[in-house]
Amino acid sequence: MAARKSSSKPNVSAEELLKYYKEMLLIRRFEEKAGQLYGMGLIGGFCHLYIGQEAVVVGLEATAKQGDKRITSYRDHGHMLAAGMDPGGVMAELTGRMGGYSKGKGGSMHMFSKDKHFYGGHGIVGAQVPLGAGLAFADRYQENARVTFTYFGDGAANQGQVYETFNMAALWQLPVIFVIENNQYAMGTAQNRSTSTPDLYTRGEAFGIRGETVDGMDVLAVKDAGDKAVKHCRSGKGPYILEIKTYRYRGHSMSDPAKYRTREEVQKMREERDPIEQVRSILLTKNYAIEDDLKAIDKEVKSVVNAAAEFSKESPEPNVEELWTDVCI
Amino acid sequence: MATEILMPALSPTMEEGKLSKWLVKEGDTVSSGDIIAEIETDKATMEFEAVDEGIIAKIVVAEGTENVRVNAPIAILVEEGERVTVVPTVVNAPVGLASGLQLSGPTPVATKVMPAPALELVPTSVELDWPEGTELRHQTVREALRDAMSEEMRRDDSVFLMGEEVGEYQGAYKISQGMLDEFGSKRVIDTPITEHGFAGIAVGAAFGGLRPIVEFMTFNFAMQAMDQIVNSAAKTLYMSGGQMGAPMVFRGPNGAAARVAAQHSQDYAAWYAHVPGLKVVMPYAASDAKGLMKSAIRDPNPVIFLENEILYGRSFDVPVMEDFTVPIGKARVWREGSDVTILSFGIGMQFAIEAAEFLSADGIDAEVVDLRSLRPIDYDTVLASVCKTNRCVTVEEGFPVGSIGNHLSAVIMERAFDYLDAPVINCTGKDVPMPYATNLEKLALVTTDEVVAAVKSVTYR
Repeated sequence: MAARKSSSKPNVSAEELLKYYKEMLLIRRFEEKAGQLYGMGLIGGFCHLYIGQEAVVVGLEATAKQGDKRITSYRDHGHMLAAGMDPGGVMAELTGRMGGYSKGKGGSMHMFSKDKHFYGGHGIVGAQVPLGAGLAFADRYQENARVTFTYFGDGAANQGQVYETFNMAALWQLPVIFVIENNQYAMGTAQNRSTSTPDLYTRGEAFGIRGETVDGMDVLAVKDAGDKAVKHCRSGKGPYILEIKTYRYRGHSMSDPAKYRTREEVQKMREERDPIEQVRSILLTKNYAIEDDLKAIDKEVKSVVNAAAEFSKESPEPNVEELWTDVCI
Repeated sequence: MATEILMPALSPTMEEGKLSKWLVKEGDTVSSGDIIAEIETDKATMEFEAVDEGIIAKIVVAEGTENVRVNAPIAILVEEGERVTVVPTVVNAPVGLASGLQLSGPTPVATKVMPAPALELVPTSVELDWPEGTELRHQTVREALRDAMSEEMRRDDSVFLMGEEVGEYQGAYKISQGMLDEFGSKRVIDTPITEHGFAGIAVGAAFGGLRPIVEFMTFNFAMQAMDQIVNSAAKTLYMSGGQMGAPMVFRGPNGAAARVAAQHSQDYAAWYAHVPGLKVVMPYAASDAKGLMKSAIRDPNPVIFLENEILYGRSFDVPVMEDFTVPIGKARVWREGSDVTILSFGIGMQFAIEAAEFLSADGIDAEVVDLRSLRPIDYDTVLASVCKTNRCVTVEEGFPVGSIGNHLSAVIMERAFDYLDAPVINCTGKDVPMPYATNLEKLALVTTDEVVAAVKSVTYR
């Protein structure tokens, strides 16, 4: 059960890099806009932004095939955009409108898309882990070659049901990739204050689950590790753990004053490790793109996000009849 | 000195069993730990070991004898050199004992005040869930549940059963007996003891297009899985705007068994009935167990199916039909009457029916309504009955605060206030954790006496 660090970088084409750049930028700009709309009172309740963690979902989605499933926690906007869900539908759910993916009844933390095989959006820390293994259970039962990406954070990694799930996933050889997005803070609690053994990728060893740690600020490293994990799962060898070291720039939620870390720590990460800047730099130094190309992408992304925001404001509130629908079929 | 080997109690609820086979004969020498007999309970066939050494002087109960009461002597053990000269008196043995010994001695201690009426009552002149003239078969609740699950698994490949001991052990309460043989380990899945985890996996499998049946060994253990049942299974359809939900069944025994104390004796009916997004059923009769189980498996929503260990071995008429279902959300008028409505469900029906029989001798004509479904509740049937009788008593095993009875009382007050001639009385379990001691346990549970007293109170007798 050798657990090790993945560092090799695959050869990557200009086309792929530009795609990752654009996808990460879409998430970044979308989240910035969501932050603005929250400030304007258009989005209510809890709103957990993904800014800083974009490389994780973009790198892993690049390894998925049609029909593969994904499920995550409440910090879910990035996962939905990376899975190809419509930014307007996501934003309209954030504003609680009829045009949202859940007709305004789910909100930021509870969104789903059967079409895109996105199974939520779950608000209870860790609860999505057995659910994700259950999706993989269904695939194994139906004897198809699908895999399920089950995302959770370093905070959820201390929930008991995660280990109940590891046991059964290994026992039944379920095709599930456990993606631990380690952004170093479980809400306001730093990992070294909550976790007796910091190497989360080793947490599956007791169950015979292979794991590795990945630089989550490097989309190519994530893609590389994801390819290996997917290959392992798809070939019927059971579950796989990826501990992806990442960092969230914003607070846990919009109401987080972030007193538990210094402004300098965040600033240093942004300046030195930013996943989007890293790709931008490769694109320019390798002459895969010139500044004007990237500006054009920036402009395109901005217009997509603006259109999503407009849609989310114009979409009507749900009909009052919606209060009573979808409780039971 | 000769000692009696007594019929052992092999489960908390066992009162009698079948002595299937003797593995020793008269004159054999046995040592402590030797297997001397096989005893069949309603749950399983168990080997019975000698606890003393000696010689089997007499086999009192022949093999193949059914309904041997717990603590009845089944053999006489003597020490070497000793001879049995006097056949001891057999106390508390069943009628028709194969040994032909004279029966004498006291009958089992009876503390019940009410004369016990026949338990297998058939509803009197009320609508049935099957066509008139349908052939009926006497079947236990246990068999009915197994038949329902098996029929649905034959019908739909996406239905599977998972839980602790459902497969190789043949079910902790024998509900899934034989199912592993028929459906294989892909569809009858033994899980580790990990309720929170496997409940979550089952909900995920339901999201993924399957129709899981999750057996909780008892609903006490489902407390570990409450988050997945309530937050994941019940709410996802709503939270997804109708895109996806969890078509599945959570089932298992609920409520008090016998002498298993506080952590294993709780009725969760009111807890689950509280949650929008769930359906909740709690059958009493075997026909309802069967018909509702089949409906629950086909239902596109998560269904909580509350069974009862004490009822598993009870027999009722079950219609012999190709595809018999009972709709969820429909109550059954078990007994028609004009003086008072007794509303109950699950094991509570036993007390409701006993009370009604007792009251009829006293000239009080009680209507007994079995709710069967607790979410949704068939308010129409409840209100129609109360508007007819003008008086109502509710009966359930659960705790009194926030009970199903409380809710029914409120609905009746709001919607039929002018029809009431007396306040509604809720008969419930007592507001204490279940005690272990026999006498205290009996006091903690709802009783027929209490139902009778409540009815007399609302009828001013």
